[in-house]
Amino acid sequence: MSFPWANHYAPKHSLTKWLDERLPLPRLVYNAVGAGYPVPRNLNYFWNFGVLSGAALGIQIVTGIILAMHYAANAGVAFDSVEHIMRDVNSGWMLRYAHATGASFFFIVVYLHIFRGLFYGSYKAPREMVWLLGLVIFLLMMATAFMGYVLPWGQMSFWGAKVITGLFSAIPVVGTPIQTWLLGGFAPDNAALNRFFSLHYLLPFVIAGVIVLHIWALHIPGSSNPTGIEVKGPQDTVPFHPYYTAKDGFGLGVFLILYCLVLFYAPNYLGHPDNYIPANPLSTPAHIVPEWYFWPFYAILRAFTVDFILPAKLWGVLAMFGSILLLFFLPWLDKSPVRSGNYRPAFKKFFWLLVIDVLILGYCGGSPAEEPFVMISQLAAAYYFAHFLIILPIVSRMERPLPLPNSITEAVLEGKSGATLSTSTQG
Amino acid sequence: MVRPIAFLAGLAFVFVLLFSLVTGAVAFVSEPPAPSAEKVFHLHPKEVSFASDGPFGKFDRQQLQRGFQVYKEVCSACHSMHQVAFRDLKDLGFSDPEVKAIAKNWATEVPSINPETGEPATRKGTPADKIPSPYANEVAARAANNNALPPDLSLMTKARHGGPSYVYSILTGYQAQPAELLKRFPDAKTPASLHYNPYFANLNIAMPPPLVADGQVAYADGTKASVDQMAKDVAAFLVWTAEPKLEARHQLGLAVVIFLLIATTLAYLSYRNIWADIKH
Repeated sequence: MSFPWANHYAPKHSLTKWLDERLPLPRLVYNAVGAGYPVPRNLNYFWNFGVLSGAALGIQIVTGIILAMHYAANAGVAFDSVEHIMRDVNSGWMLRYAHATGASFFFIVVYLHIFRGLFYGSYKAPREMVWLLGLVIFLLMMATAFMGYVLPWGQMSFWGAKVITGLFSAIPVVGTPIQTWLLGGFAPDNAALNRFFSLHYLLPFVIAGVIVLHIWALHIPGSSNPTGIEVKGPQDTVPFHPYYTAKDGFGLGVFLILYCLVLFYAPNYLGHPDNYIPANPLSTPAHIVPEWYFWPFYAILRAFTVDFILPAKLWGVLAMFGSILLLFFLPWLDKSPVRSGNYRPAFKKFFWLLVIDVLILGYCGGSPAEEPFVMISQLAAAYYFAHFLIILPIVSRMERPLPLPNSITEAVLEGKSGATLSTSTQG
Repeated sequence: MVRPIAFLAGLAFVFVLLFSLVTGAVAFVSEPPAPSAEKVFHLHPKEVSFASDGPFGKFDRQQLQRGFQVYKEVCSACHSMHQVAFRDLKDLGFSDPEVKAIAKNWATEVPSINPETGEPATRKGTPADKIPSPYANEVAARAANNNALPPDLSLMTKARHGGPSYVYSILTGYQAQPAELLKRFPDAKTPASLHYNPYFANLNIAMPPPLVADGQVAYADGTKASVDQMAKDVAAFLVWTAEPKLEARHQLGLAVVIFLLIATTLAYLSYRNIWADIKH
């Protein structure tokens, strides 16, 4: 699509010729994910996670549609209908565990995909739009996952919904009316459950639509690569098919093995036992925690414990949403002309600090809101904001990057393709 | 423009967070959180193993039948089992006539209506019925149990940390309140209507010890019905009620993973083959 040396689609069979003149769908596929899309030859395994995210969405949509055939979105029977799926629907237990585990694995691969983009500067010009659309997908995923967790109508479903929709009440003046309007009542109940189900079914297809835009935007400049330098000629690229379809096929296999091990042997490991207790508005669980993939954000939300000009709760809500929204400005915060972290010694250190910081935030978010976890999450949240809003802009100005290779091919032939996400500071 | 605004927003968040941190630290030092009886005396579930554990675990059907007998003769007096139907008991190795007999002779009858008058009535259970609850509704259950609600047991081993070990520990964990606890926390004395059990979250459980004497249940298979044995058996039974498809899951998982290992090996080899002449 993007390079003059890209293979051109040339239908040979009379039927494909006939089709190409009327509806050139095979041509579109050929150019998008076939031999017509030239890709840098030096991509490492971290470039597998885009395809894996798409596969995870596919798994979620297929299992979800079948589950919806058996699930009843009514607060009176939702919990029992899930147990009906587990006990009486043919292979229903597998569908439900595949969907619940699938949500976790979707987030695992998407987080790896995002951190790959952060390390290799994939958000930088000319790929800002790819990054922004990716963040839109991420936000849609979070909304979808949150509403999906409410559907079984267990204790964590109910109390999670109550806490998260309660965040809207932090908005001054109009907060409580907005919360009531969103829920269709004063607390989560049948009205909320029904609309969550409707939206939970809708949003994955919106995600699929934004993914089309995400890939479209990617194909204008073409894929980035571990060196971060642009493609200079045909010797730098290989056709997507068969080279990267083969590599993605292997990656998909590894992904499915890990996914199935959890699905079949530890399906409840990533969930919370309280969600096997039917929702009870009169009994608050000892510790209300969201699913693990929200823990870092939950830690940020709870880290604000002091009213300072604004109420602590409003600070927490602003910071939680801000922690994601700030990523939209990343292409303009990090002005370093060098993309890949492999050639940015100072950036690389801070990047790994950020990874550790987010893991600490996650651990604190899953722990009870007591000391020392609150103090640790306050420090970790402070670093999170400092990293993106203060440190990155300064580093990108002060840092002296290492010399870049002249071309991808040169880097490959010298064995310095940056193909490993090495932690060494020597580059 | 973006960077100065971001810088200020970053400073604001960092400042408020550090302010919160200092305030919290001062409070922590000046008024350290007091230890509570629950924090000090609550115990994690005991280590106990079941035939269904592990990736190749299968149910021990003899044990499930014994556990079912304990549920039927002891637990079911107060605890419901909403999700399980009599027909499901065939999984435990009962024959069709046996299941029919169990349903028909169940201590609680199934709510129904009088076909002539439409008045509320009850009838004998059939294999298609879910196991009937001992109480008509929550109010009746609370009224009969000193205002405590005996929870439904269908999903108990998935609804508690520790699962079957938790159930086993609760059943065998009743004891006198330690003197040391009363010395350190005089206010934490177990109220007369409750029972001290260190495996229960707040140490005081409303349920009186259900398994009190060896031989409380006369096992048909001749196993000695010690309290420990009965607790283990009923915990194993509750693993089955919570996850009746566990064996199918373990078996199918093995087949799927073996298939994927072969497919992934082939995918890897074709990947290496396709890339063989390209340095990358």
